[in-house]
Amino acid sequence: MIGLEHYLTVAATLFVIGIFGLFLNRKNVIILLMSIELMLLAVNINLVAFSSFLGDLTGQVFTLFVLTVAAAEAAIGLAILVCFFRNRGSIAVEDVNVMKG
Amino acid sequence: MISADLNIILPEIVLAVFALLGLLAAVYTNKDGAAGVLVWLTAALMVLLAGWVAMSGDGSTNIAFHGMFIDDGFARFAKVAILLSAAAVLVMSKSYMSLRGLLRFEYPMLVALAVVGMMMMVSAGDLMALYMGLELQSLALYVVASLRRDSVKSTEAGLKYFVLGALSSGLLLYGASLVYGYAGTTLFAGIITTAQTGGASLGLLFGLVFLISGLAFKVSAVPFHMWTPDVYEGAPTPIAAFFATAPKMAAMALFARVMHDAFGQIVSDWSQIVALLSLLSMFLGGVAAIGQTNIKRLMAFSSIAHMGYALMGLAAGTAFGVQAMLVYMAIYVTMNLGTFAFILLMQKDGAPITDITSLHMYVKAAPGRALAMLVLLFSLAGVPPMLGFFGKFYVLRAAYDAGMTWLAVAGVIASVIGAYYYLRIVFYMYFGEERSESLDNQNGGVLTVVLMASALIMVVGVANMFGVESMAAAAAASLVN
Repeated sequence: MIGLEHYLTVAATLFVIGIFGLFLNRKNVIILLMSIELMLLAVNINLVAFSSFLGDLTGQVFTLFVLTVAAAEAAIGLAILVCFFRNRGSIAVEDVNVMKG
Repeated sequence: MISADLNIILPEIVLAVFALLGLLAAVYTNKDGAAGVLVWLTAALMVLLAGWVAMSGDGSTNIAFHGMFIDDGFARFAKVAILLSAAAVLVMSKSYMSLRGLLRFEYPMLVALAVVGMMMMVSAGDLMALYMGLELQSLALYVVASLRRDSVKSTEAGLKYFVLGALSSGLLLYGASLVYGYAGTTLFAGIITTAQTGGASLGLLFGLVFLISGLAFKVSAVPFHMWTPDVYEGAPTPIAAFFATAPKMAAMALFARVMHDAFGQIVSDWSQIVALLSLLSMFLGGVAAIGQTNIKRLMAFSSIAHMGYALMGLAAGTAFGVQAMLVYMAIYVTMNLGTFAFILLMQKDGAPITDITSLHMYVKAAPGRALAMLVLLFSLAGVPPMLGFFGKFYVLRAAYDAGMTWLAVAGVIASVIGAYYYLRIVFYMYFGEERSESLDNQNGGVLTVVLMASALIMVVGVANMFGVESMAAAAAASLVN
């Protein structure tokens, strides 16, 4: 029997993979965008699992909002990335270093 | 029923519809030619809306959409501050942007949409409303950060802000999903009853921690501050001025809203975390700014330190703490508007200068402005009798009253460390080396007015703070009960 905890474990694993993808990746900014998407989808699994086990629709409504915002976020992220590529000629993460933060 | 709800969110609707109509109108007419008019129109509308929001309500609490949207005294206080500061930044930025070919019609519209998002944030009564408001604000801000799209620095600032901002939204959202799962509802009113009856379960606490990390990113509290200096440096100066004012006020108000409305019954669980964030921010902001020579980076670290002090008020977990935080934020926003007006005035041969060594003996070039900046810097450092001192005094007292003496003592030490880099600028301006070339002394127009007004408020406001104190008290009372 697959219970709530299984879904939560999958979601937590995906979320952690997403965070590690953000911090350990040294190659490509596109991978950062993918990692962000992975984090948001992990949250969606969480929300839908809770929603199903609580018998409450709010979580699924929340998921739809998250999906919509994630699409908008990806669009804006890619647009900024295109502008950056035009100026810098590269989208390697190690080239995002004009300012030392 | 629905008309009553719509009536409550009418200010937000007006601003959102205005932004959309403005975009349409500008596209179908003469595009960027209309930008100047749009800037003035947006600023005027924001001031009108601020007046409207301030007059409406009479201190009552109105709830719309089954608790998703709360219009109370606290939200109104924050909204007035947000609208007025955004309007001031728009007016300040016009000449700078048009000189550098940045005055596109999207700019005022994006600022207007970001402000709609901030107004949603401070009125959120539900995790979904919180998320939507936060994202509306953030998505608009990512774009304005990279507004100068032919500059590597500006697009890099936008990219960094986007990646870290999206990470923080992800953390916040993960926290929200856990809170939803363990409280069974996304409404703040429901979460607080669950926490009250069942105590804080482990899942709820995990969700709370994730929520706090996400919010700490938005207020740029240490250890979630890495994006701030780069974004301030890379973004065009008026946009850095915007980042330092309205979004900070909104994020801080949202922080207080979530902590008190949703977790007000388990204050002891979160106040320690907030106190730690506050402590780290004050010290890192004070120490890291010492090595900076770029005034925009310096202001970024200064804003991190100031967020630390504002969080100290929140960490107290009392109504007086929230009042102190609101007073502090109102003073902070006013000071920063003046300081950024000064930074916008720093030009040589029409090109913007951000190096603080260019300020050597500035007093000879422009004694009036140097004096105004001196007042603002003293106020930022918290030197009495400027208003900034009273802001610090308030939050320190709130922390002390709540039994956090150690935090108050640390705050005093951090403010002494922080005073060094503010006073260094004063030293350069008044006792620096003689330089043959100095900054332009052009007629600043609006910028000079904002600079002088802000400096004047820091001195005159000491008398009664223009009633902000009692308004903040009423606002805090409507949030914490």
